[in-house]
Amino acid sequence: MCGIVGIYLKNKKLNKDLGKLLTGMMNNMATRGPDSAGFAIYSPEKKNRYKYSVCFSETSAKEIKSQIIKKIKDAKIKVIADHLIIETTLAPAKVLDIIKKFKNLSLVGYGNSIEIFKQVGNPKDVVKNFNLEKFSGTHAIGHTRMATESAITTDGSHPYSTGKDECLVHNGSLSNHNNLRRTLKKRGIEIRSQNDTEVAAGYISSGLLNKKSLKETLIDGLKDLDGFYTFISGTKSGMAIVRDEIACKPAVVAETKDYVAIASEFQAMAHLPNVNKAKIFEPDPGLVYSWGK
Amino acid sequence: MKFNLKKDSLRDVNDHLQNIDKKSNNRSFVINNPDGNHSICAGLKDEIEVTVDGHAGYYCAGMNMNAQITINGNVGTGVAENMMSGTVHVKGNASQSAGATAHGGTLIVDGDTSSRCGISMKGIDIIVKGSVGHMSAFMAQSGNLVICGDAGDALGDSIYEAKIFISGKVKSLGADCEEKKITEKDKKILKSLLDKSGLNDKDINNFKMYGSARKLYNFNIDNVSEY
Repeated sequence: MCGIVGIYLKNKKLNKDLGKLLTGMMNNMATRGPDSAGFAIYSPEKKNRYKYSVCFSETSAKEIKSQIIKKIKDAKIKVIADHLIIETTLAPAKVLDIIKKFKNLSLVGYGNSIEIFKQVGNPKDVVKNFNLEKFSGTHAIGHTRMATESAITTDGSHPYSTGKDECLVHNGSLSNHNNLRRTLKKRGIEIRSQNDTEVAAGYISSGLLNKKSLKETLIDGLKDLDGFYTFISGTKSGMAIVRDEIACKPAVVAETKDYVAIASEFQAMAHLPNVNKAKIFEPDPGLVYSWGK
Repeated sequence: MKFNLKKDSLRDVNDHLQNIDKKSNNRSFVINNPDGNHSICAGLKDEIEVTVDGHAGYYCAGMNMNAQITINGNVGTGVAENMMSGTVHVKGNASQSAGATAHGGTLIVDGDTSSRCGISMKGIDIIVKGSVGHMSAFMAQSGNLVICGDAGDALGDSIYEAKIFISGKVKSLGADCEEKKITEKDKKILKSLLDKSGLNDKDINNFKMYGSARKLYNFNIDNVSEY
């Protein structure tokens, strides 16, 4: 099953409420995916400053912080539950290498704009643990998981991020992910888990690296990704949704002058402001819809 | 009588509507704040009127018998699935599998429906004032599907004896579905369904009719790729 949600704010006045709006959407999708949950928050980018979202285990926040600061001198570190947001001017090539050397750290995502959090457990608890209500930003994507293709672990949770400021959530499953994983690895895309969705995220990264737009990459995916899916994909400038051509996996879009919201089911957005006056539609199968700058 | 799904539990509301005292004169109900909840008005069996004031989720009015249910909004997957009798009127759009496997009654959708509208229908009349998505009337066995707009891919795939009336364009026909000549009897059926849906001004001559070519009824090695 799985629940997917996304919200893109057109009205900047709502930016401070982004976390609150997404919390409601995630809570209402808990029934579709009680195993784990995760979300990506985009906020206005800071040029030349990178944020690395990492998950730590088997150590204390204090201990790991002091170890990181020894390696990354200008690091500003925020601790949120079992996640750290490391902010630094140091370029990704170096930082990613440093993070990899820590056995008790795993990278969740990085970029100038994105912060990603994911955890095993009921989505209602996960959003509380991360205090999602307090977040502000421009757009956000979330996922509640009912595990099928790989184990119930943080690594098996969505969103997946395989490139700078990218993320992907997925409702469905892919059948050609093993083959595609090999092809993408040869192209230099790093895929860390056995999960099918991470392969799709890698496929999108590969397209974006080849200077294609998100929309073009998702259109290419319609012939290269075999399986059934509704994807919501985010970049720092916006978000997009696509459903495979059979369209077994649901999606509803609600658009007002203030925001665009996407969810697996309407009940995830029943609490959004003025949703009853929104333009509400189901994305057509095999068509890519995108919003953003 | 009014219910409010922000306060009343769905279980309690459905339980009340499913167990109406036969002698009661109070037979009109409104459900406020449906907020996309699933299974609203599922399994009603008495002659009552229910208005759902807003958007409903999956399986709204499923298994309905006798009740007249109006939804002032959109509905999710499987509205009026397995309906036996009565009327379900959706004022907005319906998601996939509208009227699936339904044996009787009437489903009217003022907007569009997405894929698989009328899948495996067994006697229901479905009137869609907008368009329908792909694979509509898949394996439809009996009943009538009236489409005032267009149809997506593979309309009427593997259809049995249901009839499809459509006034717009058909993107493609499914296996074993073909255009049929409309008889006077068919015209009468179409006219009565349009009248029932408040579409008295529609010209029945703009509609085409599709049904089964009956070539897949018995196994034939020449058709093996179609099974």
